[in-house]
Amino acid sequence: MAHAVAHDDHAHHPRGWVRWVYSTNHKDIGTLYLIFAIFAGIVGGGLSIMIRWELAEPGIQIFPGLASMVYGVNGDAALDAGKSMFNAFTTAHALVMIFFMVMPAMIGGFANWMVPIMIGAPDMAFPRMNNISFWLLPPAFILLVTSMFVPSAPGAYGVGGGWTLYPPFSTSGQPGPAMDLAILSIHVAGASSILGAINFITTIFNMRAPGMTLHKMPLFAWSVLITAFLLLLSLPVLAGAITMLLTDRNFGTSFFAPEFGGDPILYQHLFWFFGHPEVYILILPGFGIVSHVISTFSKKPVFGYLGMAYAMVAIGAVGFVVWAHHMYTTGISLDTQRYFVFATMVIAVPTGVKIFSWIATMWGGSISFKTPMLWAIGFIFLFTIGGVTGVQLANAGLDRSFQDTYYVVAHFHYVLSLGAVFAIFAAWYYWFPKMTGYMYSPMIANTHFWVTFVGVNLVFFPQHFLGLAGMPRRYIDYPDAFAGWNMVSSYGSYISGFAVLIFLYGVFEAFQKKRVAGANPWGEGATTLEWQLPSPPPFHQWEQLPKVK
Amino acid sequence: MIRAMRKLLAGVGASAVFFAGAAHADQPRPWETTFQQPATDIMRQITWFQDYTLWFIVPITLLVLVLLAWCIVKFRAGANPTPSRTSHNTLIEVIWTVGPVVVLLFIAVPSFQLLTAQYSPPEEPKLTVKATGNQWNWDYEYQTDAPLSFNSAILADGDRAAAGKEDKAVYPRLLAVDNEMVVPVNEVVRVLVTGADVIHSFAMPAFGIKVDAVPGRINETWFKADKEGLYYGQCSELCGKDHAFMPIAIRVVSNDQFNTWMAAAKNDLPGANKALMAEVDNTKKVAAAGN
Repeated sequence: MAHAVAHDDHAHHPRGWVRWVYSTNHKDIGTLYLIFAIFAGIVGGGLSIMIRWELAEPGIQIFPGLASMVYGVNGDAALDAGKSMFNAFTTAHALVMIFFMVMPAMIGGFANWMVPIMIGAPDMAFPRMNNISFWLLPPAFILLVTSMFVPSAPGAYGVGGGWTLYPPFSTSGQPGPAMDLAILSIHVAGASSILGAINFITTIFNMRAPGMTLHKMPLFAWSVLITAFLLLLSLPVLAGAITMLLTDRNFGTSFFAPEFGGDPILYQHLFWFFGHPEVYILILPGFGIVSHVISTFSKKPVFGYLGMAYAMVAIGAVGFVVWAHHMYTTGISLDTQRYFVFATMVIAVPTGVKIFSWIATMWGGSISFKTPMLWAIGFIFLFTIGGVTGVQLANAGLDRSFQDTYYVVAHFHYVLSLGAVFAIFAAWYYWFPKMTGYMYSPMIANTHFWVTFVGVNLVFFPQHFLGLAGMPRRYIDYPDAFAGWNMVSSYGSYISGFAVLIFLYGVFEAFQKKRVAGANPWGEGATTLEWQLPSPPPFHQWEQLPKVK
Repeated sequence: MIRAMRKLLAGVGASAVFFAGAAHADQPRPWETTFQQPATDIMRQITWFQDYTLWFIVPITLLVLVLLAWCIVKFRAGANPTPSRTSHNTLIEVIWTVGPVVVLLFIAVPSFQLLTAQYSPPEEPKLTVKATGNQWNWDYEYQTDAPLSFNSAILADGDRAAAGKEDKAVYPRLLAVDNEMVVPVNEVVRVLVTGADVIHSFAMPAFGIKVDAVPGRINETWFKADKEGLYYGQCSELCGKDHAFMPIAIRVVSNDQFNTWMAAAKNDLPGANKALMAEVDNTKKVAAAGN
């Protein structure tokens, strides 16, 4: 098997739309995922800019007019529909960014593209399953978008319960079909991810090139392997929880209905048993990406490779036993809170190991500040800020004041919007020459970085202050005292929105100018297997399996 | 050492108040960058603990920043053309594993003390009030011999004049309510919190309390406010279209004022509230004249 001489007929791959729709090629499917993620990112980002536009000043300005335009209601009905529409926007922003932007970009996109190449495999283990993994996503996305246009609560359209979908607000609180569509959307997206996870685990365990032991495997493959396990173990729990929502809503069950012996808090335990690993699912592949980028542009091997790999294993494992730190104010007992404070703080240790190991990788290096490196350094610093506020939030006594305020919003956007998204852009610029064969314009790419850096910090840093002052999250209107920092935050979001336009122009410009990148534009620091292939790689790579020393 | 830190922090806090100018102590202020002024000992402990954690997390963040800057300057390709090949150093790896553990221990000890304090009221409660969250207002039920219950909803602009609440500095937009919860100062007040329809959350930032109002269960919290005044909080669990419009207002008054109000409120709530407001204003004027 290993010396599969096989067919060296590169030419017989499908062409036209068949190549994409029927695709079983991990690189083509990865490209589809990336295009999908960019599209969903624009939608999700658009939703967030509308939210910030509304919050730029006190009072309700934007959403009643928007509701009137979209839903055709007027007067007081428009005001009410507008208020609900705001909640639908915050809900959809989160779901789109999590399920349709970050996960497809990192796991479906970059991992699909690079993991088989990096471990010396010709493709994923189950190429057809890879196809269905992707093609489940557009219908899921359409279901979610459709839900925004159908009734939920009386006089309201779209799911307005937040991405957590807590009952009873998601059951008796919003009886309309919008919630059912959203639940179905999450079911389909979840199935897509579970299939993807099975594919990655099988591929990584069974299809590594001869000589590539797990302890020689690149850290990005490690991060994807751990992520896949988190997906496989946590998503079925979510699927169960939202199925119970569905039957509570439509089939007369009462899992979460207290009036018939159910318990709304049970849902929160189930949700966060998924939800907490989910946030590590969003960030772990980013850890892998940043390790590669830092190592490449420092021209040094990753410092403390085994520590880095097992720090991710530890984060993934402990990530399963900290879920109720999202629930400190729900009335869980004092001892339960004590345990979850302790368990949550433990996660800071492996995370610290990763931060310091990245810096140690740079230490003594010969660092060139190409665009991917800018994003990676930005990631380290901003993720640190989000990390240390996470240590604060771990403390139940302090979280009492922070729970459901903008402090939490600032915290998780520092680790996700400024962490995961920075890692995605690091990966984008790092592998863009490999995937397309073209070099981006460094000038445009660096501008994209700096404008984004300024923009997102303006959005999210002032939100710490709003949270301290007590501003609750998911509010369409706020007391006038909160006006100042909200205005700053909103201007930051416009700047970040502009940065997305720069990004898109950069992509367009690269394809237009067609600067040839070559097999390895990054030089001696780029040591993983993908840089031994031409750019873009052949339709089928490693027909002669690479030998790893 | 911790005491010295407390003093230093108190100084920093005081200067922050100074810069904020003539601040109202019990509601958010423009360009606020810290917690609201605490009105209970628990909130003072939370504020102290938040400041205490900053003494760890700000230096850690700055350390990361300085190390990154150092790498950027000293190890840029121009300054250091030949990279080292170092990829292991057991000692430093042990240090940066054990170091954070020690830091976490320093955080954990006062953290667990704070958490325990939040569940340890200093004495038996003098008063129990049940707060029920509705879409989108609150019901308050005083658990006394002759029960008193009323609804508390956001103050409509049209009702400001009739209620005598035209001063937006005292009765701010989105925070002012028609009927405040009235409680005595320096007494432990127990709050039983539940939800009638969906989950809400009963929060009072200046008191350091926040507890979810979950249908089907009764959650309990307590506070002991030590400063008279009018305090504001807002619903803190997404509950539908008017989530932002169901504020919580608690008026802390002297024991005498509370007893007078309580006696009158059972028959005539608006009248009792008006009389209480007049009484509170009067006390303030007397205090101001006395200065």
